[in-house]
Amino acid sequence: MTSDSLILPQAIGVPFVAGLVLLVKGREMAPWLARAVAWVGFLVPALTALCAWWIFSMHPAGTPIFEQSMTAATPTQLLWRTPEMLFPFERDIGLGFLGLTLKLGLNGLSLPMFVLAGIVGLAAGIYAMNTSVDRPQAYWGLLLFIVSGAMGVFASLNLFYFYFFHEFALIPTFILIGWWGGPGGRAAAMEMTIYLTLGAMLSLLGLLALFFKSGAHSFDLVSMHAWTLPATATVPSGHKIFGLLLFGFGILVSLWPFHSWAPTGYAAAPTPAAMLHAGVLKKFGLYGLLQIAVPLLPGEMAGWSHLLAWLALGNVVVIGLVTLAQRDLKVMLGYSSVMHMGYIFLGIVCVSAMGAGGAVLLMFAHGLSVAALFLLSDAVFQRTRTYDFGAMGGLCKKAPVLSAFFVAATFAGIGLPGFANFWGEFGVFVALWKFSPWMTAAAALGVVISAIYGLRAVSRIFYGEPSPAFQTLFDQPVADLRPGERWPAIILLGALLLVGFWPGLLSRGINESLPTAYQDLRPSGHYVLTLNFISETTAAPTPAAPPAAPKP
Amino acid sequence: MNPAVYHTLTATNQWLMLWPEVMLGAIALLLLVLELVLDRKQHDCIPRIAIFGQIVILIALLGSIAYESADPYIDKIADWTYFDGLVVISPFGEAGRIFILLTALGVSFLAQIYFKKQALPRIEFFHLLLVVAAAMMLLIQSAQFVLFFVALETVTVGFYIMVAYCRASPFSLEAGLKYLILGALSSAILLFGIVLLYGVAAQPHPHLLIGPIHDPMSFADLGRVLGAQSANPLAAAGVALVLCGVAFKIGAVPFQIWVPDVYQGAPTPTTAFLAVGSKAAGFWVLLNLVTGPFAALWLSQQVLVPLLSWLAVLSILFGNLAALGQHNVKRVMGLSGIAHAGYMLVGVVAAAQGVSWAAGAVLFYLFTYLLGSFGVFGVMAYVAGARDEAQELEHYADLGRKQPFLGGVLAVGLGSLAGIPPLAGFIGKLLLFYAAFQAHLYTLLAVSILGVVISIYYYFGWMREALFRQPGIPTLPPAEAAEPPTKPLNWGRVMLGLLAAATLFAGLYQGFFPEGLL
Repeated sequence: MTSDSLILPQAIGVPFVAGLVLLVKGREMAPWLARAVAWVGFLVPALTALCAWWIFSMHPAGTPIFEQSMTAATPTQLLWRTPEMLFPFERDIGLGFLGLTLKLGLNGLSLPMFVLAGIVGLAAGIYAMNTSVDRPQAYWGLLLFIVSGAMGVFASLNLFYFYFFHEFALIPTFILIGWWGGPGGRAAAMEMTIYLTLGAMLSLLGLLALFFKSGAHSFDLVSMHAWTLPATATVPSGHKIFGLLLFGFGILVSLWPFHSWAPTGYAAAPTPAAMLHAGVLKKFGLYGLLQIAVPLLPGEMAGWSHLLAWLALGNVVVIGLVTLAQRDLKVMLGYSSVMHMGYIFLGIVCVSAMGAGGAVLLMFAHGLSVAALFLLSDAVFQRTRTYDFGAMGGLCKKAPVLSAFFVAATFAGIGLPGFANFWGEFGVFVALWKFSPWMTAAAALGVVISAIYGLRAVSRIFYGEPSPAFQTLFDQPVADLRPGERWPAIILLGALLLVGFWPGLLSRGINESLPTAYQDLRPSGHYVLTLNFISETTAAPTPAAPPAAPKP
Repeated sequence: MNPAVYHTLTATNQWLMLWPEVMLGAIALLLLVLELVLDRKQHDCIPRIAIFGQIVILIALLGSIAYESADPYIDKIADWTYFDGLVVISPFGEAGRIFILLTALGVSFLAQIYFKKQALPRIEFFHLLLVVAAAMMLLIQSAQFVLFFVALETVTVGFYIMVAYCRASPFSLEAGLKYLILGALSSAILLFGIVLLYGVAAQPHPHLLIGPIHDPMSFADLGRVLGAQSANPLAAAGVALVLCGVAFKIGAVPFQIWVPDVYQGAPTPTTAFLAVGSKAAGFWVLLNLVTGPFAALWLSQQVLVPLLSWLAVLSILFGNLAALGQHNVKRVMGLSGIAHAGYMLVGVVAAAQGVSWAAGAVLFYLFTYLLGSFGVFGVMAYVAGARDEAQELEHYADLGRKQPFLGGVLAVGLGSLAGIPPLAGFIGKLLLFYAAFQAHLYTLLAVSILGVVISIYYYFGWMREALFRQPGIPTLPPAEAAEPPTKPLNWGRVMLGLLAAATLFAGLYQGFFPEGLL
């Protein structure tokens, strides 16, 4: 192809090269130079993602963008309804005969995730550069590798590279937990890596099976999609392939009961790594289900949806109750992030435009809010030297800004209107009502649970009287949020609020790009409802009362 | 033999076809001469001459291949036979030559590090190394069982000495004895298989209508006979025995019994040579046989596929499970090498099932295995103390802090062996899985995946020792604590850095791999 756009390769390549430079030469560099390299590595993907987002939302569906880069309307593009593949880029790596080419591109589903990866990467990077650690250059370098992999995951259109980038981002996490992580890191890192490799291997098998069964002779998502759509639901042994993908991806997303790696892993991980993994990388599996498994095997979800719905309810209710019982702030956050995955699974189970759209929005919002919470809980730890609720109290007198941010992030996590999480959960609940009303009720119970543990954590940390043991620490001056902690939090919360008040920024793109799989299988009225949902929210950003969240 | 055969045998242009092997042998002899002639102070230069010679041969070989492939009048696909069918020059064999040369270079590099720490004669080691490398190259290109066996025995006899090279160490001697006995056993099994096949091919076959058999030992004629028959039990037994003999060389279960002790006791360079060179030669031979004389349909369906599948399953499971509990890194390399042999056997089964490019996938896997293994062995050679066999996981504690460079190379090498993107090993595994899928080997795939997941534990466990912050409790009693790892000098850094960079490069871009092989 002659009309490659270099935007996506730059978002993946710059952090990779910066990370490589820092790892290989970081110790011999002047400190300011190393810091500058790290800045470039963290900033370029974030700015690129925002720029891509801007271009995308400035050009409504159907209008050509980058005239020279869009080839004539091929059948595949028509099937995808919109100027689907933004910023296409394709390179042969020598395995073209196996259908393996490096092919990048964005659509409305991957764009929110791409933006999420950029924003969380930048926030984690700023935070990492403002904490003093052992061997900072190597630390930044490994974080940059994670950013590079995360950008790659959501930008790749080739299923092989989709997998490749995810695994690539996983290994730096292992080293980061081991070297810079907290106590228990040795066991947690190993458990996490083995679990995630198992999940990744299962999904790789599923992807290979999909490749061979689909008959498209390409790993390219667009051409596989074009092949699957005309012959809807006739992929031989599709049920088994879907099962492989479901459980492979499910392990990666900590689907109950395959979640045990997540809370311990996040508790042991250094904060920026936890932000990136819980915020971005964990969405890989959900994104895979949404973008690959369901659209390419339409109709197969029906055979699995009840099992998946039960497991997802397990995430929401069982893990919700487990979260309630936690006494350690960071472990609680780990469990709560596992719990929230349940909502997204429930959104996908519905196989409707509303559910899928809600799931994408919720993935975006959850990624930002969980990253903010991990960051702020580390800020709390810096001041209290403990994660134990029992030993804290009264911090809000000393650090009002921190407590305000923490409360905001907690509200976002609960799904209060005004934050992007609300729209995600709203969409999921509406879609779930069609699927099964009593399941909606059970899921709504989860919102109550998350409100309880979130607000209880806030009250234990920030309000009340400091415990006696704590009093000595409080007699010394405790600083409020430093700029290095404040700015990343502002970036994350700002993005949450922006999308919370203007969800059309994302939902329009999602609407355009939702694969037909989500529209064919439901009565047309449902699809109309989706459009209404999106247009209403765009027109009237001030939300009504949340569907299920009780006022705290 | 008639005079015409003598004429062909003595035609000098045929010897020219074997110039890399002849050159290696000549350099090997030159080393011994130089040791006699030169003053003892100048002996340092002799290994360098050996290494230089290998590099020159490698460059010349690559150049001649490039020159020939640019020549439009040479048929690149055809295989050329020489010495009355003893030797086949083919792209497949040329790749093998390059591979063995690279292996020999890597082993020389390790030997340079190793002999700095050991008070042992060096020159003979390099001499043996070159002779064995030349024999491996001949083995890969042999197309007749007599040459095949002679080359194989040259390799094996060379290894007997190289394994027991450290005469002062009881471990090395024990390893040498074990390798001698089991190697002799495997040679006997192989020879018995060859004789059975000779018997099948040499008896008159008037009813098969395949014309006269020119040389019953040659692969081509044997292939004709086997292809024209249906289910000859004698031939099946011969094929099975030959495969078992080769399975010894690649260390596949249940012929792996020698691997852990020999790998641990042998000097580290020899261990690497066994792990990479011997295994690669074994796979080249296996692929030659499976896609050549043994390709008859009845044979592959009734003997090859079941037998090799079982070998693969057992190797993957045994290798990975046995490596889990090991603390000696040389044993880890040996046992995990068994698992790697198992993965590659899956590719061989796919090739036997008719996936045309599966042989290339196995070769690519071997190539990635070479890069990853030599990276890891290089770090091992630097970390090892004077007691070569006692290389424990604990010696790697805090390597990432004390020697970040070695730690980084180790992480890349182990990551590649474990099959983690973007490193080369991942692409190798992917290609094998791909081939297995194409051949519908679903059970083997499931076993392979399970093996990969298990292998994460010991590869990453090793990485954990090296790169994680230590809890601060010395795990070894002070008396046994190893001396600090030697810091790599310039050329050592260059070599290790090149290996790591090549591992990364081959994981990101595969276009360099010759088109015809994949």
